[in-house]
Amino acid sequence: MSVTKPLPHDAAPLHVTGKARYVDDIPAPANCLHLAFGLSPIASGRLTALDLDAVRAAPGVVGVWAFDDLPSECDCSPSLHDEPLLSDGTLHYQGQPVFLVAAESHLAARRAVARAKIETEADRPILTIEEALAADSRFEEGPRIWARGDVEAAITGAPHVIEGRIEMGGQEHFYLEGQAALVFPQEDGDMLVHSSTQHPTEIQHKVADALGLSMHNVRVETRRMGGGFGGKESQGNALAVACAVVADATGRPAKMRYDRDDDMVITGKRHDFRIDYRVGVDGDGVVQGIEFLQYTRCGWSQDLSLPVADRAMLHADNAYFLPAVRIESHRLRTNICSATAYRGFGGPQGMVGIERVMDHVAHVLGRDPLAVRRANYYDRMEGGAAPRSAEPSPPGGISGEKKPRTVTPYGQTVEDFILHEMTEALESSCDYAARRAAQAEWNAANPVLKKGIALTPVKFGISFTLTHLNQAGALVHVYQDGSIAMNHGGTEMGQGLFQKVAQVAASAFGVPQEVVRITATDTAKVPNTSATAASSGSDLNGAAVKIACETIRARMAEHMAQLHQCRPEDVSFTDGRVRAGAQEMSFAEAAAFCYAGRVSLSATGFYKTPKLSWDRMKGEGRPFFYFAHGAACTEVVIDTLTGEYRMLRSDILHDAGASLNPAIDIGQVEGGFIQGAGWLTTEELVWDSQGRLRTHAPSTYKVPACSDAPDVFNVALWQGRNREETVYRSKAVGEPPFMLGISALMALSDAVAACGPGYPALDAPATPERVLAAIARVQG
Amino acid sequence: MNIAFLLNGESVELAEVSPTETLLDWLREKRGLTGTKEGCNEGDCGACTVMVTDADGTRALNACILFLPQLHGKAVRTVEGLSGPDGALHPVQQALVEFHGSQCGFCTPGFAVSMATAHLNGDTGHKDALAGNLCRCTGYAPILRAARAAEDRSVPDWLSADRDFRNPEIADSRSPTCHAPETADDLARLYAEDPQATLVAGATDVGLWVTKQLRELDRVIFLNRCADLQRIEETDSGYRIGAGVTMDRVHALMKPLCPSYAEMIRRYGSTQVRGAATIGGNIANGSPIGDNPPALIAAGATLHLRHGDTRRDLPLEDFFLDYGKQDRAPGEFVEAVTLPKALDSLRVYKLSKRFDQDISAVCGAFNLTVTDGIVTAARIAFGGLAGIPKRATHVEAALTGQPWTEATLEATAPAWAQDFTPMSDMRASADYRLTAAQNMLRRALAEDMGHATSVLEVSP
Repeated sequence: MSVTKPLPHDAAPLHVTGKARYVDDIPAPANCLHLAFGLSPIASGRLTALDLDAVRAAPGVVGVWAFDDLPSECDCSPSLHDEPLLSDGTLHYQGQPVFLVAAESHLAARRAVARAKIETEADRPILTIEEALAADSRFEEGPRIWARGDVEAAITGAPHVIEGRIEMGGQEHFYLEGQAALVFPQEDGDMLVHSSTQHPTEIQHKVADALGLSMHNVRVETRRMGGGFGGKESQGNALAVACAVVADATGRPAKMRYDRDDDMVITGKRHDFRIDYRVGVDGDGVVQGIEFLQYTRCGWSQDLSLPVADRAMLHADNAYFLPAVRIESHRLRTNICSATAYRGFGGPQGMVGIERVMDHVAHVLGRDPLAVRRANYYDRMEGGAAPRSAEPSPPGGISGEKKPRTVTPYGQTVEDFILHEMTEALESSCDYAARRAAQAEWNAANPVLKKGIALTPVKFGISFTLTHLNQAGALVHVYQDGSIAMNHGGTEMGQGLFQKVAQVAASAFGVPQEVVRITATDTAKVPNTSATAASSGSDLNGAAVKIACETIRARMAEHMAQLHQCRPEDVSFTDGRVRAGAQEMSFAEAAAFCYAGRVSLSATGFYKTPKLSWDRMKGEGRPFFYFAHGAACTEVVIDTLTGEYRMLRSDILHDAGASLNPAIDIGQVEGGFIQGAGWLTTEELVWDSQGRLRTHAPSTYKVPACSDAPDVFNVALWQGRNREETVYRSKAVGEPPFMLGISALMALSDAVAACGPGYPALDAPATPERVLAAIARVQG
Repeated sequence: MNIAFLLNGESVELAEVSPTETLLDWLREKRGLTGTKEGCNEGDCGACTVMVTDADGTRALNACILFLPQLHGKAVRTVEGLSGPDGALHPVQQALVEFHGSQCGFCTPGFAVSMATAHLNGDTGHKDALAGNLCRCTGYAPILRAARAAEDRSVPDWLSADRDFRNPEIADSRSPTCHAPETADDLARLYAEDPQATLVAGATDVGLWVTKQLRELDRVIFLNRCADLQRIEETDSGYRIGAGVTMDRVHALMKPLCPSYAEMIRRYGSTQVRGAATIGGNIANGSPIGDNPPALIAAGATLHLRHGDTRRDLPLEDFFLDYGKQDRAPGEFVEAVTLPKALDSLRVYKLSKRFDQDISAVCGAFNLTVTDGIVTAARIAFGGLAGIPKRATHVEAALTGQPWTEATLEATAPAWAQDFTPMSDMRASADYRLTAAQNMLRRALAEDMGHATSVLEVSP
């Protein structure tokens, strides 16, 4: 069977030879126009004069558009209809598109932009959390609050009450391929859009809306992205809409790709957060009651900030039972780029909050942080990983015994908690206890350098919290020569989705994977798709493809059974052969037979995730189908003179259920870990007091480089099966490993704590400068 | 300007090329070779890496900040030229597939070219060879596995054509706006005649003027054909390094002479940048955060300037007058720098958010002579603490004649504020800069006391 095999990424031979085609590589006709935006020079205020004559006169310029020249508002928002393509006169952030240039070349368009005369009247921008709170500048009417139990009594009644604050920065996606779109105008006003997007249906919707077309007039095709990470869920809308406007107005193809600096200035990033916490714990560090105040800067428009902030609340528990809990979430509107989806979608921020609490509690009590973490874990599940009937445990005690610690703050019972077993396995395989002891000796012998180690867990909820998005469609064709073409609503951004789903299709027909042709995502083939996001790609699209394949296979089996006098269920599809009764033939021969027998060899498949119900206003229900787990142990060394540091070793055990492709899943774990560690260490976004982003290129914004990966990097998958009925019992793997990177931050905290008696209270990103400041703090 | 070079084994002759057209744009837009990617257009991400061979050997370079005239007479190989004529994959390409080294694939062509270049050169320091290639998907682990796996596989013979390439005779390559002199004498004459021309050596900085600031350079003089600017000569007094010597060669020179200087060079730019950037460019550019000047100043280097046939020498620290201002007359250029031979007491420390390929928050260089426990001489210079690379004269004075102890370091505290008033920016705050600078001196002392001081040298 093709599933479970560690096959290479389907496009790997194309990647390594440079033949894999991205949007900017698609051959465009010579008359193709190239677009660039002119950007707001200020963070807040109004346009008072916009003189674009010199832009129009620049060499190679074919057209220039300001807001009033657009065919409509050309809204680009994925949520609130609050993002006109070009400024309507109000300026909301430095970098907001103000006008659009179409020219004969990319360079000509960029050069022309610089000639604009933009006059503005500036207001004082709202930049910080404090400024936004003072101005009551927020989305939604007030903070969202979810609570359970008598939190105040639980905290104040506890033997120890600990308070603190952690700030964590945002994160630039730094997909290697910048945003890009290419639009070919078609006959009768239709548009063909090539977009580097995680959400072709959204692009289709926005382009249609901008031009006053129906969705059936717009076709969006996405073969692949050069990285997405959430940054291409909504941030590609503006480019596709701009290209469509120009293509519609000129009748010429139009292409737009952002220069890297423009990309970093214009597009949204991960939400930064400040989390204040107050927790009451017993002498073992077991949480009795806890309160979180979460503040996030959403930027100028709503975009996806509400579900992002919700997910931060939904992961405020991570792997820990919080008997009495109150979470208050402020979604602040500020004059910076609009924060958007980024791998984990708020989950990592919520999780860093509780991991900080565990670290802080352990420090105050003088206990090993891992012991405190474990003492707070959700209850061990009997046969947690094995499928069984889904009877949730009652939240209260049955016979007056100890109450089960299994219910999340939002009322979902954790039915598949396997972190006790995983933690034990990792602790043993990475030799945690012995290394921790050896490290204490090492630190005592080294005055300048100090080592730190931390083992942290991940429990991440799988499903879109907007329940209706948990659906997917597929279209599968078997051709009369036995070749198979497969299409679904998911997009390929490097995560190996196409490969995994092709393995599902090959398994369904019992054919080698080469028989299955992977085709570009296309809104004309599968409509009404959800974004490839929330780690849902394989679960949703794999299931939809499997259903489509099974439909065709059933038709083929029925036909073959009739032909060869056996029951349809006795027709087998294995090893590229079809066996019916005494007859055996190749799959291609079977396909030809079925075609000749006038059997339909094309089918759609449709899947929707079961069991979900969620009330986001109350914060109650079952938002997640299941949880994915992981644990990481990271060791670091810091320089107490400069704050410089390095990851020395990381050991990871991650739960991908019964992996569809272990090689691809391990790739997600390794890459997710490094990206998560990067977020919390060297990746620092700096805005100045005027609201200008100062880190808008890889020269100033430092994603991890090759030597930043730990010298020893052991990654293994937990051998288990999803207890829920997912495709071949696999689990989602896109986002969860990102949060394994939290172990790096906690290891740095451990190393800093070796420098003095105080608590490090290390903020993120823990740049060398912040590490040095934390060292000074613990030394008092 | 007319140029000729070899592209993936085929001769290319181009007439009247624009001096500032980048190889990347030309490959993608004129040749349809779209395997070479634009990731950042500033030489930081390596997605555009190409292999360039000349008499000096084979280097990986960033095509996004490589101007076409710089390629004259060289052999260029893009990702499309790594595979064999029959489509056979290069061993590094094969290994990348086998070890799952690509995910989104956008950085992959650049990685493949960097890996193939290291493979060709027998370089197994993979983390260094790949420091200039950013990958956002894989976490690098499978790429490193692939690089190691390819070590023992042989270099395909289809790459050998590059080494045998010899510059074809082509029509006069000069144009009124673009010159590529072949000797320092010609350069001196041309530049004296036209002091407003822009000198381009490796284009690791000027490249960004074009790709990011969108400056149109009217007149350009390319230095890379001046062989006499690319010499390293050992004299009685020291090493005279021509302005056109690339940083990879300075790195090789420093490795035995001053390991900490070599280590700073290893980190200051990626392989691709070190192979293009020149020591003369790093000095003449005058940046307050260039990493060579503090090291050279602390070492006591002498700068050699030339205007026409007039030459003058000055201590390097005197070259930097103020932010953006150097002691260089119009038409005058940096011809060479001479480094004294005695470098064993020189220590160079670079501080940045990321170790590799990052601009320094602070770069400190310490040249201390300690005799019988007493500091008898001190030359200390910093980048990143002032508008220019600058000596810490008050700190030097506070140290000289004092015992080399923690107490002496404490006593230097007031001197630091007299020497420097650093600024805060996106790389570091003023306070951190000054504290870290002082702590670098503590690091030097800790080293002398035998303590481990480098996180880069700790094993798990």
